[in-house]
Formats: sequence, C-alpha cells, structure tokens
Amino acid sequence: MECLFGFVGDGFALVVADTCANQSIVVQKTTEDKITCLDSHKLLGCIGESGDRVQFSNFIQKNMNLYHFRNGIPLSTSAAASFTRCELATALRKAPYQVNMMMAGYDKRTGPCLFYLDYIATLQKLNKGAQGFGAYFILSLFDKYYQKNMNVEEALQLVDKCIWEIGTRMVASPANYVIKIVDRNGARLLARRGRNMSPNLPYAKIS
Amino acid sequence: MSITSYNGSALIAMVGKDCFAIASDRRLGVNFQTIACDFQRIFKIHDHLYIGLSGLATDVQTMHQRLNFRHKLYQLREERNMRPETFASLVSAMLYEKRFGPYFCEPIIAGLNDDGTPFICTTDLIGAKQLAKDFVVSGTASESLYGACESMYKPDLGPDELFEVISQALLASVDRDCISGWGGIVHVVTPNQVITKTLKGRMD
Repeated sequence: MECLFGFVGDGFALVVADTCANQSIVVQKTTEDKITCLDSHKLLGCIGESGDRVQFSNFIQKNMNLYHFRNGIPLSTSAAASFTRCELATALRKAPYQVNMMMAGYDKRTGPCLFYLDYIATLQKLNKGAQGFGAYFILSLFDKYYQKNMNVEEALQLVDKCIWEIGTRMVASPANYVIKIVDRNGARLLARRGRNMSPNLPYAKIS
Repeated sequence: MSITSYNGSALIAMVGKDCFAIASDRRLGVNFQTIACDFQRIFKIHDHLYIGLSGLATDVQTMHQRLNFRHKLYQLREERNMRPETFASLVSAMLYEKRFGPYFCEPIIAGLNDDGTPFICTTDLIGAKQLAKDFVVSGTASESLYGACESMYKPDLGPDELFEVISQALLASVDRDCISGWGGIVHVVTPNQVITKTLKGRMD
C-alpha cells in the first residue's frame, strides 16, 4: 500500500513518499528511498513494481545526466517530464513499466512545478497530486487545506495531516515517510516522518 | 470499466456560417477519481485546423505529438499548411496502421478550407472517417451530446450564436455523464480570428 504525493508552494515543490519496501505480507525494508534526485533541481518520486521502480528511475536519471553532458545545459522540468512520458509511452505497447510517478522541479524562469505521470504515460502538470491508494484520502485533504503559495512550515503541517490520515484510515498503511523539497537552492531531503511521530497535531492520539 | 472510458471525455465540433466551433470538457480522471480540471484535449494544428481527441489520455497525448510531427514535416516539404481533408485522411491512415493494436482515441477534426468554408469530420479508433455537414461529437458523453446537439443546432449560425449553441449543448450533456465535465473550453474559428473561451459548469 504505497503512497506518493506532492504539491507546489511558494517558490518550492514538495514530494512525499513512503519508505517501506514490501514483498507480499513481509516488510523487507523501512528505509527505502523512493524519490530520486534526477539532477540538482529535479525530483522523481516513483512507486509501483519494485524492479521497474528502481530501474526506470535510474534510467531517467542517467538520461538527464547524458543530456547535460552532451549539451552543457540541463533539461527543464517540463522537458524532462515529456521525455519520461515518451519513454513510458514507447514501452507501453511492448513491455510496460508499472510505475506511477510525481516529478517536481525548479526552473529559473518559470519557478517550481509538479507533474503527474501515470503508468500508462498520462502526463499532467498540477499544483497538487497523489498516487497510489493513499490518493483516495490525500486528494480530499488537499481540496480542503491546500492553498497556493504556502510557505514551508504550512506545507509541512499539510503533509503531517495527510500522513496522519493515511495512518488512521488506510489498512496496512506504511510506517515511515520521506519528504524531499526542490527550490531555488536545489533538490534535497527535507524531513522524515514516522506514522506515529507526526508532531503538533490537534487530534487526540490513541496508542 | 472499458479502456475508452478510463479517463472520461466529451467533445463537439459544429459548423456555422463561414466559421466552426470546437469544444471539449476539461476533466482528467482515473476511473472515478478526478486528477485535474485543465486537461487539454483540443490541439491547434495550424491557424485554420484544430483536432480534438477523446478517449484514453495517454493516446490523446501520443497522437497529438505524432500528428504535430507529421504536419511539421509536411510544412517543411510542401511549404504550406495541410488542408483539412488531407489532414483527416492522414489521421485515418495513422489510426488504421495500428488496426490490430489501436490507439484508444476517437478524433474530431475541424478546419476551414482555403475558400473559408468549414469542414468537420470524425473517425473511430481504427480510422473509419465520417464527414458531417452540421456537427460531430465524441467521448464518453457522446449519446447525450448527440441528443443535445440535434435539438439545439441550426444551420448558418454566426460566430456568437454558434458559441452559445455549442456551449449549452456541451454543458447540458456533460452534466449527465459522471466522468466528463469540470468546465469546458470552446474555440470559435473564423477566417480572420480565433476566439477561445473557457466555460464554468457544474464542477462535479
């Protein structure tokens, strides 16, 4: 039951993913990083079939690198998203990659942006989006609490609300999450969260 | 759910007096979950030729990229834009190429000929072309759209009246289909200008 979501704030974009690697009923690892830094200013969160997830995100990362190497400048986020979509679309009718993604990036001219990428290569630019079973809970929370141009503190509060909701209402919800941010200064790890560790919530905790 | 109703869509094109209008809804969904309310289904090929693509969103985007590519090559070779009939034949041929593994999209082509007369046509997902003199519809809401267009359409409407008729037909029909809607966008194209307007309907 993987979760991946993200949204755009004031001069930054946030991507949150769970960090549990499961194989049927066994939790193999709780520190699996599902958000790859494609380059200095891009993040690709990827969930789905574990082999495809690792292979495909590395493949895209290396291609970003290759473009930069050949041309001297990095790809813009929308170009990177478009390239990724084309790779997925080409493979779709041969050997599809079963991965759902959220790509976030910061471009100097256009600022932060977020893209939703389906496993069947549907691409859409969004301000807020979610993938996986968690989306059924998160999208409603976004509709209620997301505002444009939130700062990082407000954004983290929204993330905490989402994590708490998934932890309370979703069966077999993941225990841990990683939050990565991309802004003017680059793409980096912002915080980690555990399902029962979400701070400063006005809800009663029942342990 | 069937593959063509996975994302949800609604499209109309109508003929007026020396003009045409093409309209679509804006919802992008995954089964019953709404992902976005600003999905682009109508694409400009050149100033007097628009194509609307309904059906599976990934194939909408792939078809748009391929058609754009083919038209740009045509422009480089022929040093002019494609005529609407030619473009319709191109779309039909490209779809039939994939006869036994098709693109799950049903295009609507709308354009103005060189003499200013409007041209509309639609094809099914494997390229069976169907010309029309009045209106063509496509998408998950197509049954409602046929009814609404048939009752509201009149021949030889000017651009403003055509905009009214196509907008009302679209909004009325998508309200009866749960997987299309969330607003609309209309392009009214005359020989000299394009007027694009977004519609606010029931956002559900």
